[in-house]
Amino acid sequence: MSMPISGVATTTPGPPGPDAQQPALGGPVGGRYVAPPATRALGRIAHAVRSNRKATTGAVLLLIFILVGLFPGLIARDSPTQDAYAPRLGLSTAHLLGTTAYGQDMFAQVIWGTRNVLIIAFVAGLACTGIAVLVGVGAAYLGGLWDGSLNLVTDVLLVIPLFPLLIIIAAYLHGGSTIVLILVITVTSWSYTARQLRSQALSLRNRDFLAAARVRGERQLYVIVVEVIPTMTSLLVACFLTNALYAVLFASSLQFIGLGDPNTVGWGTMLYWAENNAALQTGQPMWAIAPGACIAALGAAFALLNYAFDEVGNPALRPVRRTRGKRAD
Amino acid sequence: MTEIAAEPLLRTERLTRHFKIGSALSRRTLHAVDDVSLAIGAREIVALAGESGSGKSTIARLLAKLYKPTSGEIYFGGRPLSSIRSRKDLLQYRGDVPMVFQDPFSVTNPVYRASHGILRALALHRPELSRQQRHEEAERALEAVGLSPAAEIMQRYPYELSGGQRQRLGFAQALSLRPKLILADEPVSMLDVSIRIGLLNVMAGLRDKLGVSVLYITHDIASARYVADRLIVMYAGHIAEAGPVEEVLARPRHPYTQLLLSAVPDPRAELHVSEETDMGEPPRVIDPTPGCRFRWRCPLAIDECAQVTPELRLLLPGHQAACHVATADMPLRAFG
Amino acid sequence: MASVRTDADPQPSPSRSQAGPILDVRDLSVAYAMDRGAVLAVDRVSFELYPGEFLGIVGESGCGKSTLLFAIAQLLVPAAAIIGGSVTFRGESMVGLTDDQLAAIRWRNLSVVMQSAMNALNPVKSVGAQLKDAMKAHGVTSADEIATRSADVLRMVGIDPVHLKSYPHQLSGGMRQRSMIAMALLFAPDLVIMDEPTSALDVVAQRSLMVHIKKLQAELGFAVVFVTHDMSLVSHFSERLMVMYAGQVAEWGTTRDIFGTPRHPYSIGLMEAFPSIKGERVPLTGIPGRPPDLSQRQHGCWFAPRCPQVMPACREINPDLYPVQDELVRCLLYAAGADGKAGGD
Repeated sequence: MSMPISGVATTTPGPPGPDAQQPALGGPVGGRYVAPPATRALGRIAHAVRSNRKATTGAVLLLIFILVGLFPGLIARDSPTQDAYAPRLGLSTAHLLGTTAYGQDMFAQVIWGTRNVLIIAFVAGLACTGIAVLVGVGAAYLGGLWDGSLNLVTDVLLVIPLFPLLIIIAAYLHGGSTIVLILVITVTSWSYTARQLRSQALSLRNRDFLAAARVRGERQLYVIVVEVIPTMTSLLVACFLTNALYAVLFASSLQFIGLGDPNTVGWGTMLYWAENNAALQTGQPMWAIAPGACIAALGAAFALLNYAFDEVGNPALRPVRRTRGKRAD
Repeated sequence: MTEIAAEPLLRTERLTRHFKIGSALSRRTLHAVDDVSLAIGAREIVALAGESGSGKSTIARLLAKLYKPTSGEIYFGGRPLSSIRSRKDLLQYRGDVPMVFQDPFSVTNPVYRASHGILRALALHRPELSRQQRHEEAERALEAVGLSPAAEIMQRYPYELSGGQRQRLGFAQALSLRPKLILADEPVSMLDVSIRIGLLNVMAGLRDKLGVSVLYITHDIASARYVADRLIVMYAGHIAEAGPVEEVLARPRHPYTQLLLSAVPDPRAELHVSEETDMGEPPRVIDPTPGCRFRWRCPLAIDECAQVTPELRLLLPGHQAACHVATADMPLRAFG
Repeated sequence: MASVRTDADPQPSPSRSQAGPILDVRDLSVAYAMDRGAVLAVDRVSFELYPGEFLGIVGESGCGKSTLLFAIAQLLVPAAAIIGGSVTFRGESMVGLTDDQLAAIRWRNLSVVMQSAMNALNPVKSVGAQLKDAMKAHGVTSADEIATRSADVLRMVGIDPVHLKSYPHQLSGGMRQRSMIAMALLFAPDLVIMDEPTSALDVVAQRSLMVHIKKLQAELGFAVVFVTHDMSLVSHFSERLMVMYAGQVAEWGTTRDIFGTPRHPYSIGLMEAFPSIKGERVPLTGIPGRPPDLSQRQHGCWFAPRCPQVMPACREINPDLYPVQDELVRCLLYAAGADGKAGGD
């Protein structure tokens, strides 16, 4: 009753061909287009950004802001805080955006203010994403009581209007420095992305490679950290961008209503001072418009970049002419 | 002929698994597996065949300790699985009884290279090996399942491998643990026909050359016959029939087995089509009543079938069936 | 009209040569525009289908059979496009018709049943409502007629008309598939195209569905093009068979001929890859190697790297379809010549 093995070895290392009935992603014959390099996350991200015009625009914009934030001294000659000039000057070559009511050079303020916003965006963005991952993926994978309680917390935060909550907490802490702003934003704004991450983690839960990991004896924590999270990199980056965007908007808003430290150099604080001096009514519109436009631009940069990740996460959104053909079989 | 020793390699005793479904208002119970007692010996391939809803995949997951039984017990090497408490014992069992999955496209993590799973498995189960030795062991396992050149294939990412290669990779991962029994859950169902035979031959080779037993779960009777020594047919969570594969196929005792055999398209055989063909409706396993679960489709059902759930009885040497009507020498009557 | 066949292989309908073909495909080629250039997924496929005939198209993943089907039904989406050849249905060319013109033909004269069509049912509408939608879209307005036709068509596929009120999730997979077929038969079309309609079903449901389709075919007289990877399934039900490999027709003929004496080494390999439940238990080898990557255009026969009967000429010459008795075989073993061997040996 023994069967001789034919030892059929799959022969050449040649181009892959799908020999199973359902290729992973749509792709025609020969399997050459079965999936983009799903593995080198950085490479995949770069490819996604490059191939989408909106994302490329966003990336360029963000890069400009980062460079400005890194080397503000190279671009703006004047100090942002020193009230060295005549107040309320209009636009001129000496003062590209004019001067404030206190005689400070507005262009310098805008340039130097970039740093503050970027720091808040990246630090709060990362911290929010970190919490969102712990809560979202943890809830999805641990299930049961953990899922229930973490969901409750997430839902409560989702339902509470965030901005009033921020105001209350910030006011309670008597306003404060950049660190306080970051803390406040981090603690309150992770719920939306936690939801998203939980959904995706849930959909991954039934993938066989997770069952395979359990069956070979891996511990729960290992599975979450090593097997689940790396497959979610695009969504993680997208969540980071969302959180960074909201951090920018929330921080600037808090600074605008005076809950930030009015002495820091930032776009939101510029708006605060502009408001205090009734800039728009007294013929100094640039004081409000310049920082406002910058906030909008930076926010737009994050939002545009997010388009690339929509496509990576959901292949159905990809433009047809570029990558997809229908299945050939 | 395989011999089942006094204590078989793996044995289940009235294994049962129910799932609760429905909302809080209408709680119902799905009887995925009910009272299953089967045995797998050393150096044999046992095919567990059935359609959707038969419970075969649930049995695989129970044996792999992915689910806990609702009742009943599983004995491996004489030892009940419920007595496994320490992580060390659990790892030992997982090393002895690994599982191969059905879908080649979701069984590998796309983020890591092909070698990831097998190297992790070795790190967990054979910690005495050095890194170099692990790589060598992995390569040996890959060669044993026909993946060549092993070193190069280990470096590839899953999307660069075909479905057949990924399934072989799954077997290699199981093999690297030096298992006693491999649970293979429909390993070839998603592969092209011309590739299936290669994998089936790999499985046969594992039994012949390495003495590994395999529980081959499938819905394809023909492939079960090709590779298995014994056949267990499941229906609606129960075992309908069990015995040596040639014996069961030649003299099926349970009407469901007869139905199944008559429905298999075999180009070399004549097609027998009666006017009344069974529609193939899935069985009722939600809050089932006592009695045989096949009775609604069975042309031989008698009163007792609606009242008493049939137990698995020995009809011929090594050949059991769970049917009130079946006898040792009944002619093929029910279907076809 | 042929009667129900209860055993043995089906015969081609006797009127084959008199009536014109209902579907005439000539040199049809379909290509995908990819980043690295065009890939030919279907390469000059030709066949004729007569009224009431059942044609099985068999092949594995990547052979182009589904693309061929989509091309015939004019359902291709960019980046795939028909780049050559013609598709003539009931005497009219299909290629180049506008969407409106196609809409008039679809469902009335030509229906399509897709793979896992049972997932194509709208989950929030009852089966009856969906049948009604389909009929209304094609100009049937009388409520009476809608009701009777819906009930009739469900009965035809073996579903109790009480299920007109059921939602798709209340029906089993087999029943959903059969309701899709019922929908396809609403207007008694001349041709029904099916793409692996049974692959998601268990073996008993599968057999039952096939028998039903054959019965309906006998009653209503429509022709069927049936695409599948399961050769044994189609062996009992089709009159004509087309084996595809790498986008080309490898072998074409009657089912009985091809199963009786398969000639193309791929067909032989495919048939031997099916273990049998009766007869001797023999070790099988399948077909070594993998399906080809069609983006690598090459000289010679696509099957040469895997062929157990390969000859040196096979790597140089692209074989045509050569006639062998009543079949067409794309293999140099049967090329014109006294002993059928071209070159080499």
